[in-house]
Amino acid sequence: MKSLKAQHSILADAHEQIEIFEHGANHDDDYRIVPFQQKLEALNLYPLKPISLEVFQINVGKMCNQVCKHCHVDAGPDRKEIMTRETMQQCIDVIKNNPSFTTVDLTGGAPEMNPDFRWFVEEIKKANAAVKIIVRCNLTIIRANKKYYDLPEFYKLHNIEVVSSLPFYSAERTDNQRGDGVFEDSINALQMLNVVGYGVEGSGLILNLVYNPAGAFLPPSQQSLQQEFKTALKKDFGITFNELFAITNLPISRYLDYLLQTGNYEKYMEKLINAFNPVAAQNVMCRNTLSIGWDGFIYDCDFNQMLELKVNCNSKHISQFKYDSLHQRSIVVNQHCFGCTAGAGSSCGGTVAE
Amino acid sequence: MSNSYYKEEDLGKFGNIGEFQKPMADKFFAWYGEVFAEGTLTAREKSLIALAVSHAVQCPYCIDAYSNDAYEKGWSKAQMMEAVHVASAIKGGATLVHGVQMMNKVNEIGM
Repeated sequence: MKSLKAQHSILADAHEQIEIFEHGANHDDDYRIVPFQQKLEALNLYPLKPISLEVFQINVGKMCNQVCKHCHVDAGPDRKEIMTRETMQQCIDVIKNNPSFTTVDLTGGAPEMNPDFRWFVEEIKKANAAVKIIVRCNLTIIRANKKYYDLPEFYKLHNIEVVSSLPFYSAERTDNQRGDGVFEDSINALQMLNVVGYGVEGSGLILNLVYNPAGAFLPPSQQSLQQEFKTALKKDFGITFNELFAITNLPISRYLDYLLQTGNYEKYMEKLINAFNPVAAQNVMCRNTLSIGWDGFIYDCDFNQMLELKVNCNSKHISQFKYDSLHQRSIVVNQHCFGCTAGAGSSCGGTVAE
Repeated sequence: MSNSYYKEEDLGKFGNIGEFQKPMADKFFAWYGEVFAEGTLTAREKSLIALAVSHAVQCPYCIDAYSNDAYEKGWSKAQMMEAVHVASAIKGGATLVHGVQMMNKVNEIGM
């Protein structure tokens, strides 16, 4: 399977995706669904403003060893866009000079595939020893090549919090979404993480898992699901972990392609809109997060990044970082934002309105 | 244009039944919500029971709703089909067990 970009799909164009949000799959001028902006206006939340700048999320590249059907990044082995050391250094300078950022969240693609990944982690630690570093690890990368086998030890050495995707505790759903054999490799990788102490009570090494639905439906209760994952993974594979984050799929890139190909797009949007939760809207992650793209541009979140919706202020690139300007900006919203406000809400840290 | 007694979009209008009789609808939905909440059975287990019963009562709205709900709650395709077989077995068995009544009657009147 190739990325949408390698397939020369029209959906590889962010503008086309936004056109679908605004005019439907058939580009119909009469297409009407309630605008997300209108929902915020009814709550006196528009324009949506940041509360703080705490989470500095960096997408170090679109290169990945997997090609998941739901990937909003359209990542894969054929994507060569990765962050340079120069841009990484600019990020490090910002982290060093802005202590309001208490968390650095590294994502991708598979962030570990960036050849400067380990250097970057070490330099972030040197710049701010107190900052929490999260790595969004797809698990299979640990098993992909011998040069990655020691990643659990590397994470441990730098006290990195590992957040790993595991769509389900059974092979059927996991492999349907992420590719054949992914479940088995993921289980092996989780066992390797457990061996060095990750997810083991009392170790202080945090291993959180991410669930996202393998299909056109919303996540169930995060709390119930966490208990099911814990019971099943312990019983079947002896695996332990800390928390489970239930994340809603946003209709972007390959997940949007899946929705359109299967005729589920309109019904899925209807589900998201019908499940709009005002409490989740108050707590959306973009209110305390900045997202940095592989080329150094700044976005409100990783989803806006993939839609090429840059921040709405005069600090659009990491090389011209202006804290006040970013803190006072209005967050860019569109119809995909319904994905973060449905039901119990959704963020990179799971639900936001239990 | 297709015409049918059952319309998919009517499922989403279920909540509107209160327009004609609100107090009873309010009681029904409050009770319904409590029935499906976590209890001595989990919400997940209740969803699978509801899926089986939906098939037994052959309600298209219920099958739509609980196919979604049970799959969302993590039941596998095979588990969901086994639940439908349970409903079918009870339905089939309920018919077949009346064969005993038939036998009783025939034995009563036959020589």
